[in-house]
Amino acid sequence: MNIHLTRRYRFAASHRLHSPQLGEEENKRVYGKCNNPYGHGHNYVVEVAVSGPVDPGTGMIANLSDMDAFVEREVIEPFDHTYLNEEISEFRERVPTTENICIEIFNRLREFPRAKLERVRVEETSLNSFEYTGEPVGSRQ
Amino acid sequence: MIYLTRKIEFSASHLYHNPAFSAEENRRVFGKCNNPHGHGHNYVLEVTVAGDPDPATGMVLDLKELKEILQREVTDRMDHRFLNYEVPELAGQIPTCENIATVIWRLLQPKITRGSLHRVRLYETPDLFVDCYGETNGAEAAPGGSR
Repeated sequence: MNIHLTRRYRFAASHRLHSPQLGEEENKRVYGKCNNPYGHGHNYVVEVAVSGPVDPGTGMIANLSDMDAFVEREVIEPFDHTYLNEEISEFRERVPTTENICIEIFNRLREFPRAKLERVRVEETSLNSFEYTGEPVGSRQ
Repeated sequence: MIYLTRKIEFSASHLYHNPAFSAEENRRVFGKCNNPHGHGHNYVLEVTVAGDPDPATGMVLDLKELKEILQREVTDRMDHRFLNYEVPELAGQIPTCENIATVIWRLLQPKITRGSLHRVRLYETPDLFVDCYGETNGAEAAPGGSR
């Protein structure tokens, strides 16, 4: 059976969309309100999907307590109630759009030892969301 | 190809306990879910059927027919039941979301004769769900992989 197990997690954080590769005017034009120098925040929802054989002894692909502890340690604890641009080192180099947050979370969870990571989906608000399945970024360009 | 999804809800109780494990191991592996009295959930089931619309009716399959199949195969079997003891298809298995979704897939797959069963998504809570795609590896190619 091909089965995926998905769990939803939450964190709240602030960010500012500003690219050092663009000028002030260009940043304002591209990012609009999200370029506000003081930043702004969201309640992010992260969906983590894993797959693998169902253990006949437990009936589980992965024990949720192992999965919760791993996601908590790798993502929720470092990201929750932070200013992503300053406090997550990867976003000092890269603009913390939800696209990049999704990729960064996938990379942090890639090594989950109990099951294969299939997909990370991040909701920035209830109206927009992004999914990443781990293919090399730029491979479809 | 069109993917059509129908949603139903059912409420049931269960507990996780493996008789091959010691009492201590059962508590360690299954935590609160090992409570011998059981506990319950409002399960939400989304069933997705893939197919081309019939040119005469414009339908992949008649939703009324799908509704009846879901009522007969799932609701009548599982709604307001203690899954460990009252659903023979789950006998001898731990009634996790993974195993319940697999049982539901096996019950529905032969009954869906117009279009083909694409996905069974079972929510145990709004924050935990399982997608079952049967024996195929078609999940990657189709839309709605894991929403």
